[in-house]
Amino acid sequence: MKRAGFDNPWLPILLLLPQLSIICLFFYWPAWQALRSSFFLEDPFGFGETFVGLQNYTRLWDSPQYMKNAWFTLWFSFLVTFFSLAIALLLAVKADTVLRGARTYRTLLMWVYAVAPPVAGFIALILFNQRWGPLTEAFAQFGWLLRVRLEYFDTAFAMIVASVWKQVPVNFIFFLSGLQSIPRAVREAALIDNRSGISRFWTVTFPLLAPTGFFLLIINITYSLFDTFGMIDTILRNNPGDQPVTLVYQVYLDGFRGQDIGGSSAQSVVLMVLVLALTVFQFRLVERRIHYT
Amino acid sequence: MARVTLDRVHKVYPNGFEAVRPTSFQIEDGEFLVLVGPSGCGKSTLLRMIAGLEDITGGTLTIDGREVNSVGPADRDIAMVFQNYALYPHMTVRRNIAYGLANRGTPRDRIAAKVEEAARMLNLTDHLDRKPAQLSGGQRQRVAMGRAIVRDPALFLFDEPLSNLDAKLRNQMRIEIKALQRRLGVTSIYVTHDQVEAMTMADRIIVLNGGVIEQIGTPAEIYHSPASTFVASFMGAPPMNLIEAAFETGAVRLPDGTAVMDAPGGRSGPITLGIRPEDVRLGRGSATFDVALVEELGAHRLLHGKLSGQPFTAHALKESDATTGSHRIDLPFEALALFDRETGMRL
Repeated sequence: MKRAGFDNPWLPILLLLPQLSIICLFFYWPAWQALRSSFFLEDPFGFGETFVGLQNYTRLWDSPQYMKNAWFTLWFSFLVTFFSLAIALLLAVKADTVLRGARTYRTLLMWVYAVAPPVAGFIALILFNQRWGPLTEAFAQFGWLLRVRLEYFDTAFAMIVASVWKQVPVNFIFFLSGLQSIPRAVREAALIDNRSGISRFWTVTFPLLAPTGFFLLIINITYSLFDTFGMIDTILRNNPGDQPVTLVYQVYLDGFRGQDIGGSSAQSVVLMVLVLALTVFQFRLVERRIHYT
Repeated sequence: MARVTLDRVHKVYPNGFEAVRPTSFQIEDGEFLVLVGPSGCGKSTLLRMIAGLEDITGGTLTIDGREVNSVGPADRDIAMVFQNYALYPHMTVRRNIAYGLANRGTPRDRIAAKVEEAARMLNLTDHLDRKPAQLSGGQRQRVAMGRAIVRDPALFLFDEPLSNLDAKLRNQMRIEIKALQRRLGVTSIYVTHDQVEAMTMADRIIVLNGGVIEQIGTPAEIYHSPASTFVASFMGAPPMNLIEAAFETGAVRLPDGTAVMDAPGGRSGPITLGIRPEDVRLGRGSATFDVALVEELGAHRLLHGKLSGQPFTAHALKESDATTGSHRIDLPFEALALFDRETGMRL
């Protein structure tokens, strides 16, 4: 690459300034504030604060409610990620073999991508409505009386279904383009070498999709942890009671509703560490190992 | 090893384009057949139909007496070498070669032995644990060959396997492939657009043009007695000279009136006259060749210019003193080929 030279040493800094100030203002400063206030007990009205050390963190560890939500978040993320990827992969593989009307079919599958998370939550509320929700009625046919926002499990179920539904199109687009980037001749060679379509998929197609798959894995974990906030909020109608919430939602509840700035900051720091670990995992393991051609 | 028969096989794509017109021919056991033609002539489509990668629109394809029209590619007992090698990028060379065998339930020790043997034959022993990305073009080509060899198929199919290699490597691989096929004795169909590959490798050549077979024959037959002006101009480098001439007053005459041969029977009308550059005799004769350019090729020279106002090329030995300007030339009667001006077919 060509090295650009600057006569005035202040010019490059000036050019970088907008980007740097945005990062500092919207990321580092809040992050620092969260880290700082996680060691303090703060007066809800901002009149004073008391240094409490690690108490905010130990309080989390000792809270059965927080641990319960942590477990829920783990399961929620795992199930949303797994089903979003699996369903999208299945659809992509099938869409890839469609010859007639392929474009229409693909466009229809991508549509949901444009739906905003709160709207997705709202649609889920309609589908799972207690009195006239079509999904509620469908499950009632099988003898399962869904009571979303009343039963813990049923609420979790609705959240997972809505989150998966919202995320499938994104994954579908990536998987489909991943499939189409596999050279035709390689697939044809496999066609000659292996008569079983299922075996061909797992030994040739799937490994060649691995780079796409790992990228999507990270994207989906991040999505299920953070971007589901709006949808969860809509489903719970801002009133969680004893219903399941993810850790991100818990931060909001404790910080903005409970006015527990210190505890909520400690939770944020825990999440930040989680994201950091995830990023390191992505760059160290995935980006280095999964690389072909 | 097998005999392959095509009986009025043809291909029409859903958009109505007829890529291959009804085509019939037979490939003998152990024969090396080359399908040659310009791009879009249907040679690859024909090969892919034999492989089972394209549906056959009509006609029957039999391999060793078994009709295979609706048999899947994996069950036709064929192996194919692709233009861009089509190796599995995520597998080592060893697994690439073994993949087809493993999927056919071959015992493990048998696979290992066959892979080792193929690797030795192809000089790949040191590269068995590498991935395709770590190999050079020629080595990848060998892996693709190895993948085909270990299967012991009834039929080898080659789809322009050398076109991604540089010229030097291409010459070397051409000889290796031919020698390997001789040694294994497997019936082979080889598709190429390169007439040198066709001439040097084939037992028999099929020249295709626009989805139609122009000529089937041995390389010598194709070269020395082309069935049409298309074959004459496609095969050979430089190609056969094709000159507009006519039957006039009992002789074949060039436009300037020079008689080059007696006309058989009392025929008349326009024809196309063909002669290979190396058959032209320089220094004497009735025709005048205006040489505009001498191409020095070391072993011989090529003289380019005009004969009776039409582009013409002649071959000159390196000891001849070929120069630009006018030369007397003779077109020997036995070397001339006459074609119908309208249809391009040999008379």
